[in-house]
Amino acid sequence: MASTADTSKEENHWSGGSRPLDARYGKLMMWFFLLSDALTFSGFLTAYGLMRFKYENTWPIAENVFTHFPGLEGDQPLLYVALMTFILIMSSVTMVLAVNAGEKMNRKAVTNWMLLTVIGGFIFVGSQAWEWYHFISGDTGAVETNRQEIVHVYNEEGERLSFSQVIHGMEEGHASNHGESFAKEDVLNALRKDQALYLQEPGKAGKIYSHEESVALLDEGDVVQGANMIRNEYGRKQFANFFFFITGFHGFHVFSGVVINFVIFYNILLGTYEKRGHYRMIEKVGLYWHFVDLVWVFVFTFFYLV
Amino acid sequence: MSEHQGTWWIWKVFWILLIITGVEVVLGIIKPEILLVQILGTSILNVIFIVLTLVKAAYIVQIFMHVKYEKKALRYALYLPTLILLPYLLFILLTEGSYLFS
Repeated sequence: MASTADTSKEENHWSGGSRPLDARYGKLMMWFFLLSDALTFSGFLTAYGLMRFKYENTWPIAENVFTHFPGLEGDQPLLYVALMTFILIMSSVTMVLAVNAGEKMNRKAVTNWMLLTVIGGFIFVGSQAWEWYHFISGDTGAVETNRQEIVHVYNEEGERLSFSQVIHGMEEGHASNHGESFAKEDVLNALRKDQALYLQEPGKAGKIYSHEESVALLDEGDVVQGANMIRNEYGRKQFANFFFFITGFHGFHVFSGVVINFVIFYNILLGTYEKRGHYRMIEKVGLYWHFVDLVWVFVFTFFYLV
Repeated sequence: MSEHQGTWWIWKVFWILLIITGVEVVLGIIKPEILLVQILGTSILNVIFIVLTLVKAAYIVQIFMHVKYEKKALRYALYLPTLILLPYLLFILLTEGSYLFS
């Protein structure tokens, strides 16, 4: 029936030694972890999408929230997050270069590329901390109505005003509150005095209140500055919650990645992989690092762009 | 990675990713009026963003994570669960989510 060659092949197959996936244990396990992690992140992002869909008309517009850039005054939408994306992509590239150099057993090149990867990851985590700091300390301040809705102060030209501008006037005030905190009474008095001021909900179809309604809203409500898990000045409470949770979970991945990358870098310096005869460890860690970059690509799109 | 000579292929992907991100950022800042036409329940601009994101993701997974050069069995082991479960999750969400307003 079967030739001798076929029998020997079959025996070989059943006695082990066949490698259908042709990947080593460590790499395979890393892939399975990444697959489950990808599903976790997908769960978060789709949940975010659902909440955003639910509050479609009053969901904060990201480019009105993340407008700061270090050293630049005024609104700079998307620039900072674009820079963060660039840093992470660059860090991914240096990681591929490290893996590539590892396959050629070029110790010096591996050391350099790995060091650059660690530095890139570190800069990214730092950038995220900076973004969180500005998000938490707040920008213009807002009014929370007694129905827990967030509304912002606008003037007759339709410009959004900060509390600083409402109280100190357009000339003296800053477009951002710069950490100054304001009492409800002061804002209420300033709002009463200037007939041109009114309140409006955030989002693409936020409700506009008349001056009289606005004064009544603030009278019954309170002022909010900055963001936490309970309330935030940007709009829906879910907006800040998802921001903290998704970018926080991603940031934690980046942080772990930097720590792992550093351990690998240290081992390269010690010559561990040189003694082992291969740099396969870098390939496994590299997979994780690229995955972190991959997730950021999606966070960037769904949190900042769409 | 015996298929590759040198490092040009890494830099090629780098430039592709950088240019796509650049296009996304420029589109996101100017938001051309013509792309804000509604399509598939969202604007053309958002559809463009999502397509560009998927292109970027494909380059990262295929080239940087080296999946393109893996055995067919491993490729399927990674792609099938994601490509079945994620559209399913999205489908459930979009269908059930539309009841939020009714």
